[in-house]
Amino acid sequence: MQIVAKGLTYTYNPKSPFASQALKGVDLTIEEGEFFGIIGHTGSGKSTFVQHLNALIRLSGGQLRVGEYDLSSKKCNFVELRSKVGMVFQYPEYQLFAATVEKDVEFGLKNFRKELTEAEQTAAVREAIETVGLDYDALKDQSPFELSGGQKRRVAIAGVIVTKPEILILDEPAAGLDPLGKRELMELLHSIHGGWCKTIVIVSHDMDEIAENCTNAAVFSDGKVVLQGKPSEIFRQADKLFSLGLDIPMTARCALLLRAQGIEIDTDFTCDDFAEKVSALWRKGGNHAQ
Amino acid sequence: MLNDVTFGQYYPAKSFVHRLDPRAKILFMIAYFVAVFLAKNFFGLAAVTLFLLFAVFMSRVPFGRVLRSVKMILFLIIFTGILNLLFYSGELTYEPLVQWWIVTISYESIVQTVFLSFRLFLIVMGTSILTLTTTPVALTDGIESLLKPLMYIKVPVHEVALIMSIALRFIPTLIDETNRIVAAQKARGADFETGGLFKRAKAMIPVLFPLIVSALRRADDLGDAMEARCYRGSKGRTKYKKLVLTWRDLLGLLFFAALIAGIVLLNIYFGGKFDILHYFMGG
Repeated sequence: MQIVAKGLTYTYNPKSPFASQALKGVDLTIEEGEFFGIIGHTGSGKSTFVQHLNALIRLSGGQLRVGEYDLSSKKCNFVELRSKVGMVFQYPEYQLFAATVEKDVEFGLKNFRKELTEAEQTAAVREAIETVGLDYDALKDQSPFELSGGQKRRVAIAGVIVTKPEILILDEPAAGLDPLGKRELMELLHSIHGGWCKTIVIVSHDMDEIAENCTNAAVFSDGKVVLQGKPSEIFRQADKLFSLGLDIPMTARCALLLRAQGIEIDTDFTCDDFAEKVSALWRKGGNHAQ
Repeated sequence: MLNDVTFGQYYPAKSFVHRLDPRAKILFMIAYFVAVFLAKNFFGLAAVTLFLLFAVFMSRVPFGRVLRSVKMILFLIIFTGILNLLFYSGELTYEPLVQWWIVTISYESIVQTVFLSFRLFLIVMGTSILTLTTTPVALTDGIESLLKPLMYIKVPVHEVALIMSIALRFIPTLIDETNRIVAAQKARGADFETGGLFKRAKAMIPVLFPLIVSALRRADDLGDAMEARCYRGSKGRTKYKKLVLTWRDLLGLLFFAALIAGIVLLNIYFGGKFDILHYFMGG
């Protein structure tokens, strides 16, 4: 499913002294199959934007189309849309509520896929819990509140992917995780991306995360998209990102420092590519010295 | 903290009324109640109405905004109005208009209904000016300060005020939290909008549990933070923002004194509320 937004606007608390315009005309297209990154500082409108994608915030200005769903139309089936566009909020572990892990994970399934038999549901729950890297048999009857922070987050994510949404949106999925947890989370996302989950959209402050994982990205600032393209293109514009109060990945920083030393490196800013380009240059230089 | 003011019906503006000391405003509110209840006739209520309009004007809050607060208790006004109209049991000077079963509608009951409904209306309007122009935090500060004498009879005034302001402070936070949880559960297909009362109440479980868990977590965090900053109760504590009375409060006092004096004069001059009937009926 392709996501097309045109001139999207949104105002919180309209017609009151507290009115604040969060989106000021967002034009953005996210193709099916992308691992899309959304970057922006706090209050840039990125969370407001992603909440439009499954109609948690109703369209109030502009146009938005997600696959065959036209969100500006009143006839749009929002419940069906939500079953196809999964949304993992920031700190999703704070939304766990059920008595057992199994009950919590199956919540979405029971809401969206009422036609499934008990056995099919159990199978889907098992698959989701195992996909997020947890032991179904050991955890299914435990209270989600007794788990560790990392496990809670996995259970919460399992509760969203259990319905196998075609588009999965994650708002700061790695926030508050330790380095290992972050790595495992990204591996998890890559493992489902390209399978039943066609498109992944992550909102992130972590530029390294975007550079490493995303095929395309957009930079939000003050309710608008100010930069858009491949991460390698975006992170070349370091000055612009700095002026927006944003950062660049470590590899881009190194490339800048090397450039100051007169060494140009043409990299896409993933660690692998960066190491490869640097070592190639070093070997060439080494040969030269001989 | 900006969050403080986004709760309730506080209407941010810079006006004479906004700048009054919260303690003065609370006392003025009491004076206003006294004036409303003191008024014995319609001339008195008219005077109060004029005063109210003047106060709204001075507060720079849009009139519709003040009126909106009445909407919430419109049912109460109508309900008590109907009861008064049908079951007025005072002395009747004139022939009743309708007399059926236990119901009596008389000239007196009409006057009584109009009078009491109008009184209720004035009270709600007046109270809402207080809450529209005072932040909840200022209000608790004011209440704490006014209740201070109770400390001598061992009432923990400071603690009660602290609990009140913490509760108020956390309402917007918890509203935010609720919205977030509702959105998250909606994204998982939760349906809060259809079904009967029971189904809807049941649908709230996935919201209430995480909300309570998070409220307890926040309470723990806040307790730790307060202890880390050596909070030990009211003894020896000073205030960051001291309440100071100004010329505005003095001026306000004059206005209210004038209002009450005016009401007393109107009472003496025009008599009770039913006297208006003599004028119309020629009795």
